[in-house]
This record gives sequence, structure tokens and C-alpha cells, in this order.
Amino acid sequence: MRINPRFTNKLVQLGLNFQAFFTVGILVIIVAIICFKGLPYVNFEFIFAYPQDMGRLGGIFPSIAGTILLALLSILFATPLGVGTAIFLTEYTKESIFTKIIRFGVESLAGIPSILYGLFGFIFFVIKLKMGWSLLAGVLTITIMILPTIIRTSEEAIKAVPRNLRIVSYSLSATKWETVTKVVLPSAIPGILTGIMLSVGRAVGETAAVIFTMGSSLRLPTSLMDSGRTMAVHFYILAREGISMEKAYGTALVLVVSILLINVLAYYLMNKAISKYS
Amino acid sequence: MVRKFGIIAVALATLIISCSGKPVDRAKKNKHTITIAGSTSVMPFTEKLAEHFMIDNRKFVIDVQGGGSTAGIQACLNNTVNIGMSSRELKEEEKTLNTITLCYDGITIVVNPKNPLKALTLQQASRIFSGGITNWNQLGWINRKIDAVTREEGSGTRSSFEELVMKGSEIDDGIMVQDSNGSVKEVVATDPYAIGYISLGLVDQRVRPLTINGVVPSIRSIKVGRYKIVRPFIYVTNGELDEDGRKFVNFVLSKDGQNILKKEGLVGFYD
Amino acid sequence: MIKNPVKKEQFVKWVLVAFALSSLLFLFLIFIFILFEGLPLFHKIGLKNIIMGSKWAPTKGSFGIFPMIVSSFLVTFGALVIGAPMGLSCAIYLSEYSGKRMKMFLKPALELLAGIPSVVYGFLGVIYIVPLIRNYIGGSGFSLLATSIILGIMILPTIISISFDSLMSVPKTYREGSFAMGATKWQTIYKVIIPAAKSGILASFILGMGRAIGETMAVIMIAGNALRIPTSILDPLRTLTGNIALELAYATGDHRLGLFSTGVVLLVIIMILNYIANFGIKRKM
Repeated sequence: MRINPRFTNKLVQLGLNFQAFFTVGILVIIVAIICFKGLPYVNFEFIFAYPQDMGRLGGIFPSIAGTILLALLSILFATPLGVGTAIFLTEYTKESIFTKIIRFGVESLAGIPSILYGLFGFIFFVIKLKMGWSLLAGVLTITIMILPTIIRTSEEAIKAVPRNLRIVSYSLSATKWETVTKVVLPSAIPGILTGIMLSVGRAVGETAAVIFTMGSSLRLPTSLMDSGRTMAVHFYILAREGISMEKAYGTALVLVVSILLINVLAYYLMNKAISKYS
Repeated sequence: MVRKFGIIAVALATLIISCSGKPVDRAKKNKHTITIAGSTSVMPFTEKLAEHFMIDNRKFVIDVQGGGSTAGIQACLNNTVNIGMSSRELKEEEKTLNTITLCYDGITIVVNPKNPLKALTLQQASRIFSGGITNWNQLGWINRKIDAVTREEGSGTRSSFEELVMKGSEIDDGIMVQDSNGSVKEVVATDPYAIGYISLGLVDQRVRPLTINGVVPSIRSIKVGRYKIVRPFIYVTNGELDEDGRKFVNFVLSKDGQNILKKEGLVGFYD
Repeated sequence: MIKNPVKKEQFVKWVLVAFALSSLLFLFLIFIFILFEGLPLFHKIGLKNIIMGSKWAPTKGSFGIFPMIVSSFLVTFGALVIGAPMGLSCAIYLSEYSGKRMKMFLKPALELLAGIPSVVYGFLGVIYIVPLIRNYIGGSGFSLLATSIILGIMILPTIISISFDSLMSVPKTYREGSFAMGATKWQTIYKVIIPAAKSGILASFILGMGRAIGETMAVIMIAGNALRIPTSILDPLRTLTGNIALELAYATGDHRLGLFSTGVVLLVIIMILNYIANFGIKRKM
């Protein structure tokens, strides 16, 4: 039997419509479940109090602080490295075997799954460099993990800066570095910030690489050598050990909402960066 | 702009590094830190003890980590922790360490409350986990596959279970594996057809313990020696403990400490 | 600070070279340390006994990870069966059917899916998907099927965004040509646009596979982690990543080396997949 192509066309369109909304529906349902179940347990005390009885009672303050510390310190290390690499690749060299090798390295780093970062961080930082399960080991591991994201987004942001801006700068007898710092980077900042925000999101949501390097101590880390727990790790432990479903949902809500906000901010900055030059 | 950012970054970095420089010395000056790591079975109880201990001793910070019995013992051998926690007896090559038994814990075989099964023999238990009994109808319930859950290799609970229940037969490869008492309990609490083994101290109304050879697992039956699936909870130390560590251990072994453990369903020395 | 501008330029350049090399250094370190810990056991036990061995009892001297290799590929394949059609049809909808405003809303919304942490997916899998399978299909619920569903959803953003980009990069003239010949929209998509974007779509599938095979926390929460090769989609299974995460904290001696050997195998599989996706297929785009 020959089916009318117009009919097929309509059918497919309907199917695809459904499919797209189904997929968005999944996102909405996930967020809705977390909000619905978590909201009753999130309040001022939950966010600012210390946990008691392994997290069964009290709040999640140390894990929030641990998350912020981990994300900020990783960014602090990864941003200069990543942006520097991006500047080098775009401004200081032509495409060559050398840049190809570096790009290959960055692509490869981006593809390595987080558990292997955990395995590496565990053997290298925790054991070989004798850092123990510590904030520092976690920060260094996450720094390497987020580096590819920062390099890629910064590279794209720098490439998007119009050529003639540079030409003007050079014609005013500025050196290359002056051109980069005074002309190129300021214009590329929204794009670079997008990469940073996306990396923060990744650091906040990471579990596998963190649990084997930063450990899971429920205390507030007060030095770089202290172990600590991020919200994602705390949530994992609460949920998996069945310690407290209420606290688990509450933690999930804080976790998911902060990641969504971070990502929305990243997209906002990206749109700003795009609209600037188009 | 960029330079400013750079200066701020460098300043922040130096600040952090200088704050954390030689963290051990600094920690020693301001506070008394005891690091404890090892068995995830002992960990929750140690955390509870530490919480109580720190209420009265505000200058103390006790850092409790999991990792498993074997890892805890190793960490202790390497001097990376002050105290290691173990939920099994030490092996020959580990006997150089000092041991402090803090209490005894029964391993209970648990099922979902919806499961009508009340009793098992030791032999039946061993056959369930070795793959000999795979269907609930072999135990007089419905025709449904048994969802047995065991612990992972390296766990103290698993090695005690292998020794006390399996007695030489191997745990079947087709059985589900979870990596802590809590997660085994979660599976059993949510799956009506599941069976697993957990620490007696963690049993609550969400899972139901089975009698083994007619003996109800309880603090009483363990104390009088009728319930046989019992393992010690041990703290191990490499050489003599320092003063801080001793203070904590003394608290654990004191009446107050033992009462906390008793309330959690463990068998201490004073009852 | 260096005052001479020429010297300063030189200095800056070398610092940047050092920064750029740091990524390579990190990659090198990761390889060296995972290989350094993982390879001795291959030497001691034998490559064949590890990769083809079917028994994993590291405290008793058996280090076979064959069931985990098979299981890793099974969940990856399962994830692809679920995620690929969904992802591709979403990408087609976005690039060919949706209006500009819809695109502005849908694309970021879908990419936010990627930001949800894997532990949250795993948790929701345990709470909702596992009981559903247990009650209505059978088995304990902790299964190949549950893992495939969750991983299928988790790889959607990867598949959607990369296929979308490759669909968008098909020149407008292709579409116009096809419409001019009287083809319907679907005929155009099916016969012209998809073939033209084929390599990018394939790359998105392979990168999705890479994501699925590397996923850890969600998997250990819902896969059941049994050591046998599953014989049905309702059986529990353990992946390579799950093996590492379940036992790493506990392992010492040869047991730990065994987990690093697992890591070596995983690393090799991932590198091959990434190489195919990035340098084999994308290049042709």
C-alpha cells in the first residue's frame, strides 16, 4: 500500500512535536518532583544550620560551604590556566602541529569520564602527594576536569572579537600583550564568564571525582588539608544510605536550583556575548 | 581590568596558601584533631560518639571518614589516621596493630516487612546467598525470584558474613551488590522480594530481621551467646595513642560512651 | 614587573606556552598514573585472564572483568536505543520545525538537562523507575532496563546539541532544491538533510556512548551491581565504572591494582570512542 506523502508528513510533524515536548517534559518533571518534595524541608535553618546525627537532623551548611569553596578555588586555578591557553591558541600562534597536539590534549581531557579523574586524583594527589582526602586534592582534581570547558569557551569568545579591533590597537603601536589585555579580553569577557559559569555548574554537580579526592567528612573544612563534603556528595550519601529522605530531597532542591541558576546565568551571558557582535 | 583581576587572584591565592601552610602544625596549636577512618559499619556509631564527645570537649575536632575496614587498617598502618575502624577480626599480617574492642554487633539477615517469612536456618541462609535457593517458593512463599543483596569485596561485614554464615561456600555472582549497610537496607526496605544482611544496630521498622536457627537476633541473645552471627567493632592504633586519642577512647569505653552504643542496638561491656 | 616591552612580550609568550602545555601535562599525568597502577597487574595475572576472565574476586586472586566490559557495552547500547531516536527527533524538530521563539526557549531548556547532577538522575531512577519495573515488568527493578532508561535520558543533551548543530550546518540551498522538486518537508528531511548531516549525527551518537559508558554514580545506584553477565534486560549488572566506584575506597594491595586495571580498560575504550567521534567523523563535516 502506498501511503500519501502529505499524510506521512503531517504524521511525522505531529510525532516530532510530541517528542520534543516529551523531552522538555522530562526536564520539567524532574525539576517539579525535586521542588515539590524538597520545598517543605528547605528553610533558613536548613541552609544555615549544622547537621546533626549524620544529617538526619539539622541543616546542610557545611556541605554548602564545602561546595562553594571547592567551586571557587577550582575556578581560581583553572581560569588563568584556561584563559591563558585560549589566548595562546588564538593570538600567539598560527595553526601548526603544536596547536594541533594541544587541541588534541584538550579534547581528550574533555572526554575522560569523571570516575577516571577520581581514580587519578585519588592515586596522585591523595596517595602519592600525601594530601589525604582533602579540599586541596579535590580542588586540584576538579581544576583539571573543568579546564577543557574553560579553554574551549574562552577560545570561541576570543575568536569572536572582530579583527579590526585588533588592527586598530596595533596601529596605535600597542604591543600584542597590551592588545590582548586592553582590547581583546575586555570584549571577550561575557563569553569567558559563560565558560566559567558552566564549569562552576559542573563542579557543583560532580560526585564521583569529588568523593574519592575530597572525602566525605561532614565537617566544615577550615583549611585546604581538611576533608569536606559537597552538596552533591551529601545528597548521595543521604539518599543512598537511607539516612533521611526529607533531608535528601531538601538537599537535592538546593543543589538543583543552584545549578539551574548558574546555568541560566551562563546562557544569559552567552546571549549577551553573541548579541554584542551580531 | 585584567591586571586588577590578576592581582586579586594572586592575593587570594597567597592568602589561602598562607592560611593553610603546614595545616597539621596549625591544627595542633588551636585545637585537638583526631582523625578516624575505616569500616562504614562502625562509622555511624563513631560519628555519634564523636558528636557527644565534642559537646563536652569543645576544643576537640574528630574527623570521621568511611573507607571500609581494610582501608582503615591500612591507613592506620601508614599513620595517615590516628584510629582505624574495623568490623572484622584482624588478619595475621595486620596483627602488629593494637586493638581496642569497643562493642559487639550482630549481623542480622533482614527481609521486607511485607515478606511473611519469619525464620531461616543457618544452612538456608547460606544456600540463598550461594545461589542454591533462588525462589521464594522454596521457602514456602510465592513463586518469585529472591532478590538477594550482598556487600562488596573488602567490606568487613561481608567477610564476617562469609566466615560466620557461608562457611566456605562462595557468594553467588548473580547476587546484587551494594556498598554499605545503609544501601543494603534501602534495597530491602523498598523491594518486597529482597533479602540482605545488615548490622543489628541499623534494624528498624522498615526492615524485618529473621530468626536464625530459631534464635531472635537481639542484644540479649547476643549477650548470652545464643545468637552466633556476631562480630566485634574494633578500633586499631599503630603503637600507643597520643593523649587526645586516649581521651576519646576512654570516653568510648566509659559508661556514658557504652550507653550511647547500647541505645543504638550494639552490645557493650556493661550489660 | 618587567619594564622593557620587548622582554615583557617574550616573558608573556613563554608563560602562555607553559599554560597551554599544562593541559598536555595533565593528560600525560592522568595516563601515566592510571597506567602505572593498572599495568603491573596485567603483567602479573595476564592480559587474557583480566580481560576475558569471568570471575571477579580480587581478595581471592581472581581479577576477571569480562562481565563488566560486556555490561558496560550493554548499558551503553541500551542507552543509545532509548536516547538516540528521542535525541535525534528532538534535534530535527528544533532545526526544521520549530519557530525562532520556540528555539530560543527549547534549546537552553534541553541543555539544562545536562546540568542536572548524575546523582539526582540516579536517585529519581531508584525512587520512580526501579519500583515501576519491579511491579509491572518483573525482577528486582535494579536492572539493565532501568539503567538504560536513565542513561538514555542523561545522554539526550549530548545527542541533541551535536546533531542539532550538524543539521543546522546543512546549507539552505539543499532544502530549497528539494522543495522545488515538490518534495514534502519530511521527504526533504529524510532524503536530503539527514544524509547530509550524517557524520555529525553519528558523532553525536558516539559521544553519547562515551558519556553513557563513563557514567558512574547514577549507574551504581540503579544497576544492582551483580557480577554476572545479565541474561535478560531485568537482570542486575555491574559496569566498569561501577566496579571502580563501589570498591575503590575499600581496596588495598592487589585489589586496588585490579581497580586501576579496570580503569585502564575504561580509559582505552573511552579514548577509542572519542578518537572516532572527534577525529574520524567530525573532521568530515
